[in-house]
Amino acid sequence: MNGFDLSAILRNPEYTAMLLHGIEMTFVIYIGSWLLAMTLALLLLCIRFSPLRFGDRVVAAYVSYHRNVPTLVQLMLWYFGIFTLFPAGLTSWLAAHNAEAIFAVIGLGLCQAAYFSEDLRSGLRSVSPGQMEAAKALGHGYISAMRFVIMPQGVRNALPPLINHSVSLFKNSSLAIVIGASELTHAVKEVENLSFRTFEIYLIGTVLYLFFSLLIMSAGAYLSMRADPVRSARA
Amino acid sequence: MIHDIIAIIQDYWLLLLIGQYPNGPLGGLANTLILSALSIALAFPVSIMLALARLSKWRLLRWPVTALVYITRGVPLLMLILWSYFLVPLWTGADVPSFVTMLTTLVVYQGAFLSEVVRAGIVALGSGQMDAARALGHSSLGAMRFIILPQALYNMIPSIISTFVSTIKDTTLGYVINVPDLTFAASQVNNQLLTQPFQVFFILAVVYYAICWSLTHVANIVERRITRRRAGLSGGAAPVELVPAKIISEQL
Repeated sequence: MNGFDLSAILRNPEYTAMLLHGIEMTFVIYIGSWLLAMTLALLLLCIRFSPLRFGDRVVAAYVSYHRNVPTLVQLMLWYFGIFTLFPAGLTSWLAAHNAEAIFAVIGLGLCQAAYFSEDLRSGLRSVSPGQMEAAKALGHGYISAMRFVIMPQGVRNALPPLINHSVSLFKNSSLAIVIGASELTHAVKEVENLSFRTFEIYLIGTVLYLFFSLLIMSAGAYLSMRADPVRSARA
Repeated sequence: MIHDIIAIIQDYWLLLLIGQYPNGPLGGLANTLILSALSIALAFPVSIMLALARLSKWRLLRWPVTALVYITRGVPLLMLILWSYFLVPLWTGADVPSFVTMLTTLVVYQGAFLSEVVRAGIVALGSGQMDAARALGHSSLGAMRFIILPQALYNMIPSIISTFVSTIKDTTLGYVINVPDLTFAASQVNNQLLTQPFQVFFILAVVYYAICWSLTHVANIVERRITRRRAGLSGGAAPVELVPAKIISEQL
């Protein structure tokens, strides 16, 4: 084994191009699944808070499935399993349009929606019912009370777990390697196979992941501070 | 569809349960459970030591452990698995089975996560307990051993069970380095059948669901019991604040 040499990888245009493509793909998967998860989570939340008992049960089952089955198995079920049940036309269209990344976004997004919706729900439930009554007494309608009184407090309460889960979603985007998406971990493995500089390239990959995770964490910390300066100052 | 699933279970239940055991390495569900149980059993003492180091007043102890906890929180488990796959054989100089590689990774990873739970449990007890123990003549270590840890760890039992659940889910990543666990067995079945991938992975998902759901259920029951007990012990005065079960709900 040669001596430790980071520049052997960083100075090689082929390797850096692979890494940059990996980072790009990781972010495509991360942002895509985050947006999908948040949209779905809000939808699930609306169903949960509606008076329908049936809807409540369906959402509970959805959350329970996605929290108790490993994310990797969910991804495998989507890509190796459900993908094959699609009609032939759709299958070939997807195969031509980077099906791995699409299914990574779908699988991770659906899974994360369960966590996000639970975070939001417990955040909203921690707002005391007196707040709603007080808002109504002050002349707010249901929607406007939700918009101006309940939601701001509920989202503020939900922020810490939401940030935690956003970081785990970023980390989980590495699972997409198992279904063959060419994200950062995949790029790291590829460069390793070509350069045989295992230690250096793993170090680079680790530092990159750590950097982006810490970036998300500190963005979250900044958001919580903006949302609730008083409590953050005390903590 | 349902007939296919039943047929697969009838043909391959032994492979899914114990892998190729008498003729090969132990695998399947048995191996998944053994791997999870072993790693949580080893991660538990590690986590207590890490938590004590993080709460220590010596920077030399506090800083490296804090760094370790941040690294494990910020780097995907997959990356850590690749690291140990590379480093463990290098250090030991032997051909290490993938089971051991996975076990090492999980002990470090879950140890770091559990240490945050332990730390939160100790901090949540409040400094009064420590002060009282010191006033009664305990040394700092003695107070930790006889007063703080027993209470903190008792309150933590539900969190430990939920960490066990996430460890079971984490073991699926061993698939990447060919640890012969349940996921590996299922993909073997899939490779033999070739035509029924949905049915095979559906069975896999159902099995994981059944195990993790029931363990989560147990954790909830235990948590309720502990809450009631603590409330009873404190004579119905101020409600005792418990460590929330999913204090850092790390998920896979």
